[in-house]
Amino acid sequence: MENFAELVDLSFSRDGRLILDHISLQIPKGKVTAILGPSGTGKTTLLRLISGQLKPDSGDVIVDGLSVPSLSRNDLFTLRKRLSLLFQTGALFTDMSVFENVAFSLREHTRLPEHMIRDLVLLRLQSVGLRGAAHHMPSELSGGMARRVALARSLALDPELIMYDEPFTGQDPISMAVLVKLIRNVNDLLSLTSVLVSHDVEEALSIADQVYVLSHGRLIGEGTPEHVRQTDSPELKQFLFGHVDGPVSFHYPSKPLAQEVLPL
Amino acid sequence: MMVKALVNRVRFIGNGMLNISAGVGRAAWFFIHVLSWGSGFKAPFKRLLQQVYQLGVLSLPIVLVAGLFVGMVLALQGYHILVGYGSQEAVGQMVALSLLREFGPVVTALLFAGRAGSALTAEIGLMKATEQLSAMEIMGVDPFKRIMAPRLWGGVITLPILTVMFSVLGIYGGAFVAVEVLGIYDGSYWANMQNSVEFNEDVVKGVVKSLVFAVVVTWLAIFHGWNATPTSQGISRATTATVVQASLAVLALDFILTAVMLGGF
Repeated sequence: MENFAELVDLSFSRDGRLILDHISLQIPKGKVTAILGPSGTGKTTLLRLISGQLKPDSGDVIVDGLSVPSLSRNDLFTLRKRLSLLFQTGALFTDMSVFENVAFSLREHTRLPEHMIRDLVLLRLQSVGLRGAAHHMPSELSGGMARRVALARSLALDPELIMYDEPFTGQDPISMAVLVKLIRNVNDLLSLTSVLVSHDVEEALSIADQVYVLSHGRLIGEGTPEHVRQTDSPELKQFLFGHVDGPVSFHYPSKPLAQEVLPL
Repeated sequence: MMVKALVNRVRFIGNGMLNISAGVGRAAWFFIHVLSWGSGFKAPFKRLLQQVYQLGVLSLPIVLVAGLFVGMVLALQGYHILVGYGSQEAVGQMVALSLLREFGPVVTALLFAGRAGSALTAEIGLMKATEQLSAMEIMGVDPFKRIMAPRLWGGVITLPILTVMFSVLGIYGGAFVAVEVLGIYDGSYWANMQNSVEFNEDVVKGVVKSLVFAVVVTWLAIFHGWNATPTSQGISRATTATVVQASLAVLALDFILTAVMLGGF
């Protein structure tokens, strides 16, 4: 199977803290790859490494045969026209309407006539159920709606690789079901490659072709959703099934509580 | 103990110097990258016009009112100094030369740093904090060309124009006080000014000064926005840094430029 993107023995640290520790993973072309893991394990960092916004300490990021960390600034921007990232916060342009947000990359990268841009934007908004909100400003949208507009915006230019950063967070059950279906359909109909970063296990497993599970900067599991579900690894089981007790600690590393609150 | 304290002090100073050098390096790298607004003409030009409006037209009220009052005060002070020598007719010359050479470029740049510079830093800092700049990068749109360059060039174009307007209003403010209030013959006010003001020596040099101030103030403003820590306190600190550093830079550069233009001390 051909890979669209690949991380090769990649390590990344920030402020002296190791975030990703010798990670190697492959993102096959045309498939939905889910990267799961508890909050704060470096999932978003991983997406930023793929898009070249961060540079690894060691190892390589290869996207469509190109080594991302060694690309020049201009080449990186050229590559990014073929990628898309749905931000956790939506990251909509606050001074532009919903319509203008979705039209942004079409206006920047194409010379399409205005009537065609209008039709494309309305079709994208229709697919996320927000055609009626085209003339709203981002400040008038709820968090979930803003995320859906951001999704429409990231699909506007038909990217080859689309990365979703926690797309299901803050969605009501109906929007969630629509989004899950949409991500799968968009991937299949437009022949995209999708990377889905999430901690919503069930939703992610239901649409992914391949799963990687990250914890504390290491890969603790990989394979098809069925394979991952049948795991014997206690760490993986604890995360997938939400067990309170297990090898993964709920608490951030710290001194013992007694030592901190009851000093001698 | 003493040696350790000394080593720590040297280390502290060394670290500070390294940070300053790194900051200057980053700012210089940033400046070179934001000079180009990218390919095409129509869309970048439209963005430039938007910035000329934001930075220039919206700064007009504060600049014009300030110009008027500075001119009025100069005439009042000048009159009371000159009248002791019986030379009160030269007040027009004094007002015009002070405004065109010094007050116009310097005060307008200080007002611009406070009004437009702080707004630029806060705007770009907030765009960074809300990941709008990152979103743009991911879409293959360079924020340096799309966001920073029009603002830099907008500042460079508007500040000299604002400076000229400040001086013109100041001269009229001075005329109002000198002629209407203090009773100086208006022919003397304008004729003295006309005889003493040299276009190349006074007007052009004042505009050259304001061009230099425009580059420095706008550069500092957008750099601090781009470099801001993406938190509310980070943006607040960046905005303060813009106003403080830009104001000091304007005053220091004014001294250097004046010395150069006068051909030495």
